[in-house]
Amino acid sequence: MTSTQHDGTETGHVMAPTDVIGSGQEGSLFDQVRAWTQRVRGGEMGALPAIGGFVVLTILFTVLVGIFRPAQYFFNVGNFAVLAQQAAPLVMLGMALVFVILLGEIDLSAGVTAGVSMGLFAVLVSRFGVNWILALVFAFAAGLVIGTLIGFFVARVGIPSFVVTLGLFLGLQGVQLILLTGTGSGNTSIPLQVPEVLAIQNANLPIWGGWVMLVVALAISAATSFWDRYRRTRAGVPNRTISLVWAKLIIIAVVGGVAVFLLNQNRGRAATQLGDQQIGGTTVEGVPMVVPFVLAILWLGTFLLDRTKYGRYLYAIGGNAEAARRSGVNVVLIRWVAFIICSGLAVLAGLFLASRVGTVDATMGRDLVLSGVAAAVVGGVSLFGGRGRLMHAAVGALVIAVITNGLGLLGLPSGINYAVTGGVLILAATVDALSRRRSGGART
Amino acid sequence: MVQPIIELTEIVKGFGPVSVLKGVNLRAYPGKVTALVGDNGAGKSTLIKGLAGVQPYDSGTVTFDGREVHLASPRDASALGIEVVYQDLALADNLDIVQNMFLGREETEWGTFDEGVMEKQASDTLRSLSVRTVKSVRQKVSSLSGGQRQTVAIARAVLKNARVVILDEPTAALGVAQTEQVLNLVKRLAEQGVAVILISHNLADIFEVADYISVLYLGQMVAELETAKTTRDEVVGYITGTKTPAGAQA
Repeated sequence: MTSTQHDGTETGHVMAPTDVIGSGQEGSLFDQVRAWTQRVRGGEMGALPAIGGFVVLTILFTVLVGIFRPAQYFFNVGNFAVLAQQAAPLVMLGMALVFVILLGEIDLSAGVTAGVSMGLFAVLVSRFGVNWILALVFAFAAGLVIGTLIGFFVARVGIPSFVVTLGLFLGLQGVQLILLTGTGSGNTSIPLQVPEVLAIQNANLPIWGGWVMLVVALAISAATSFWDRYRRTRAGVPNRTISLVWAKLIIIAVVGGVAVFLLNQNRGRAATQLGDQQIGGTTVEGVPMVVPFVLAILWLGTFLLDRTKYGRYLYAIGGNAEAARRSGVNVVLIRWVAFIICSGLAVLAGLFLASRVGTVDATMGRDLVLSGVAAAVVGGVSLFGGRGRLMHAAVGALVIAVITNGLGLLGLPSGINYAVTGGVLILAATVDALSRRRSGGART
Repeated sequence: MVQPIIELTEIVKGFGPVSVLKGVNLRAYPGKVTALVGDNGAGKSTLIKGLAGVQPYDSGTVTFDGREVHLASPRDASALGIEVVYQDLALADNLDIVQNMFLGREETEWGTFDEGVMEKQASDTLRSLSVRTVKSVRQKVSSLSGGQRQTVAIARAVLKNARVVILDEPTAALGVAQTEQVLNLVKRLAEQGVAVILISHNLADIFEVADYISVLYLGQMVAELETAKTTRDEVVGYITGTKTPAGAQA
């Protein structure tokens, strides 16, 4: 075992004959990469299959759309911006569901929770003239109440979450219908007339806003990395080679930089050249407004899951609830709160969806939940509980959004879309089950 | 004789009409291994769950360090330094060794984990137990062998200065070499001054490590023997009930 990277203060114990327990942080960049490869082979694939799928699908659709629909473009900036906006509600709902899926539970009502809360929002604003901020507070409160209710029945009473949330899935659709038709008009669709809400999915950041976002992301990433290293050094345990930190920062800078640069290009309709004059044309440029919202939630949620007791206990309960209970973890409370977080984030998914569609109707969010579950599973979150990250659900949601977007551009009927998405879900669940078997089989 | 660190007197516990413990006495001494034996259904698990605070006793007294204590919850027990390593290993497979050892008592700074401190303490504890088989403290528990898991479970128990460690069938599912490893670990625990209570069906193991043997028979403590002054046949006799409690040195 190499101890070259051991920058602990107590250098004495490195030489001790009994010091054979490593921490997995020693060794050169090469050693780290090799160890990572071994973990992947051992079945800890994380989001790798989904990232691979994303790349393959992107290439596939670029080629297919290029051949069959020459008038359309899959691989261009305009479509990427559309893709980000299409994916945003799904990314949010997928991330919401991760909190309950990590427990080995499910929330089938997350989609209609999004729908009902937005139904309430729209009714309050359009029919009762309530201030939109106040209405939004009510919408989130409705989500939290639903989450509290689910948590009560699942964590406290002990009913399987599948049954409770299936019941709510049906019941809340009824509530939604009553809400929207309550005033008697036959029309169950309410247009959203709140510019601030519509802006989330229709406006873009100013050019400089995208760059500021990237710099903030880099700063946060660098700060947490170096803070962690400082604390490890202080405790006297080895740190990973610092080149990994630089590699991570460079990847964020390059990928993020390219994305921001491209999205800052004008993707509006080109002007018509008429003699010397430019006629018409629109300027659409900048990172879609929804992106920083999603990134902020992703960062906050990941922080909660990775660095706080709440997150650790969520994973522990998903892995072995009895072990957590015997360790003094308040299992009921942790599970209860997970459902509240899930429903709360579902409201945000609903907000993104409503902002994109521009109206709220009686079936809003109904079909979103299964795509959300699919997103999480495709991304590598295990339905058996205890394994997965928010990032995985986000990547999984992008994969599903790419399928929907690409098949749409190819002009295929939506039936094909459902069939392909379903197929990808089953494939992902198979990968999950097989990798579980493999990592279980590593036991000797 | 040394003062027992923990002493149970006249412990009674029943579940509805079934009385499982009918006035049991048990003592454990610091630096000594006390084996608790008895056939299935003798009440061993019930006795242990009471000590762990998971299932409080109906009546009887528990004396810890000479003063009477009440074990109403797992927190009471661990506050005193009583730790239980359960037969079905209370470890979460999806977490790594450090995370498992600190589960429920993580070191935090401003509400976030101080991973460095936890990693240091975990590897120091493993090192103090002369554990040599674990490659990295950041390995997932799912990748460990049965013996290694048992080792982690025991290391978890002694992480925070445990004074009484109760091991429930620690060698039941292990091979020969791994059993030897765990038994060595048990001896080392005792050398560190911990009072070890070892539950086992394997008399060979017990005669190898235990200083005292207490035999439960149908909810009653029928014998408290010194290992050096007894034989296997005698212990088997008490376990199966062919020898009567009359010979016990209650």
